[in-house]
Amino acid sequence: MDAAGADTWGIIGLSLKVAFWSVAASLPPAVAVAWVLARARFPGKVVLDAVVHLPLVLPPVVVGFGLLLLLGRNGPLGSLLAPLGITFAFKWTGAALAAAVMGFPLLVRAVRLSLESMDVRLESAARTLGAGRWRVFLTVTLPIILPGIATGMLLSFARSLGEFGATITFVSNIPGETQTLPLAIYGFTQVPGGEAEALRLSAVSVAISLVALAASEWLARRGHGAGARP
Amino acid sequence: MIDVDIEVRRGGYSLAARFATPAPVVALFGRSGSGKTTIVQALAGLVTPVSGRIRVGDATLFDAAAGVNLPPERRRIGYVFQDALLFPHLTVRGNLEYGERLVPAAERYVDRAHIVGLLGLGPLLDRRPARLSGGERQRVAIGRALLASPRLLLMDEPLASLDIPRKAEILAYVEILRDELAIPIVYVSHSIEEVTRLADYLVLVSEGRTVASGTVAELMGRADLEPITGRFQAGSVIEARVAEHDLDGGLTALDFDGGRLLVPVVDSLPGERVRVRLRARDVALALAPPPGTSFLNVLEGTVTAVSARKGALVDVTLAVGGAVVISRISQQSCDRLALAPGKRAYALVKAVALDRHAVGFA
Repeated sequence: MDAAGADTWGIIGLSLKVAFWSVAASLPPAVAVAWVLARARFPGKVVLDAVVHLPLVLPPVVVGFGLLLLLGRNGPLGSLLAPLGITFAFKWTGAALAAAVMGFPLLVRAVRLSLESMDVRLESAARTLGAGRWRVFLTVTLPIILPGIATGMLLSFARSLGEFGATITFVSNIPGETQTLPLAIYGFTQVPGGEAEALRLSAVSVAISLVALAASEWLARRGHGAGARP
Repeated sequence: MIDVDIEVRRGGYSLAARFATPAPVVALFGRSGSGKTTIVQALAGLVTPVSGRIRVGDATLFDAAAGVNLPPERRRIGYVFQDALLFPHLTVRGNLEYGERLVPAAERYVDRAHIVGLLGLGPLLDRRPARLSGGERQRVAIGRALLASPRLLLMDEPLASLDIPRKAEILAYVEILRDELAIPIVYVSHSIEEVTRLADYLVLVSEGRTVASGTVAELMGRADLEPITGRFQAGSVIEARVAEHDLDGGLTALDFDGGRLLVPVVDSLPGERVRVRLRARDVALALAPPPGTSFLNVLEGTVTAVSARKGALVDVTLAVGGAVVISRISQQSCDRLALAPGKRAYALVKAVALDRHAVGFA
């Protein structure tokens, strides 16, 4: 029981680490893709839109299997990255990648929504005041869409914490390496007498989710005061 | 000096604009949708013309033939939008500083304390735009544009989203700017009152074309432009100077090239220049100065033109000294007085027709 207790903290720590890195790594590309989808006009935009949303509608197992084919040791990308010391298969980084891919559409959607609801003429106003495109993005666009970014980050963080199918397919269920909360809960339900441990971890999941929800509510309120349109 | 000769095409829409003037305040006047905003967007660099050129002062901002097209951030053109467009995430102070900080110190010619005082922004500095009234927002927007030390200030219907008292307030501030800072202004409006009060030079815009340009007095006196300047608003503009006040009588005497006008008390000092808008329907005509009349203003002049009949009405144009006065009377009256070019006549104007909306500082 003592060993199991220590394990619990390990599982929680790993889950938070995986979720944190999945959000952190997917944020910059998500903002870029959201900007392109919200502002740019080009042929093939529909295709990009569809590809970004694919993980939302595909069975997670399919996404995990796709990652395995692409980034496994013998996959076309995996074999390219392996000599550089970058491997994902059966590593916690792979779990983070799987979670990032699954959370990506949620992040893009939230950022895109706030980009589209923002008055673009504010950017024009900033440019007539002497700011170049990049400065406008950093000093006007980004602060104004911050509430949207925060919402997107929380959504994808929550999605990462709950990610199961893609993770178990891509990086398997390795205690201490890729065994996040949902995988551990699943593992305990598969062994006789594991119900108590599964219940305990489920309670932890509920607690983390509640904290995340409260945080998102708080951020939304704050954003409403600062970022609201006049 | 503003010199514009451009053609803009966007989808099925096309616009051709051409005007050039050294006047410090230029008004673009026309109905909504006539293309005024597109012209100022081209000036600011937010819309790229397909051909032509734009020069402001000695700077070429756009020249299709020479391949010059400065991006908006390098044009130094202040733009005051109809709905202010303040940055919602910054305080008033942050908004004001935004453009100011981007101007190299050597090129800064506007002093923040001066602008803050001029526009009465002191008490607002720590507030967020969401907590400002419409008039306050517009004042901050004007201040923000000015603090970027622009070489030209564009004002795109800055009063359109305000109620009447706020309109008067902002209009007074714009007059102060015009008189205190030697900065050229392009003022967009569909209100003839604002235009005649503020501008020296008028560009009429209609259906994507600049159809006429000239001084306010010139254009307002031209009956052929009436479809654009507006039938109801037809009239002329007289440049005058405050002579004296008769506060007991509640009247101010204005001298102009052609005589003296009495108007309800005007809020300016003797010697100051003002501009009076005389609506054609407020002017009656007589062949001799009428005895025993309530008309305070009886102006002697010569008929220079009688317009073609419009329904039952005609417009009779009179030269009164160097000024132009237009009178709208019935065809029947015109026939009875046998008015024709060359004939002497007297224009009769009630002082109350020249209320404070008709008189502006020039």
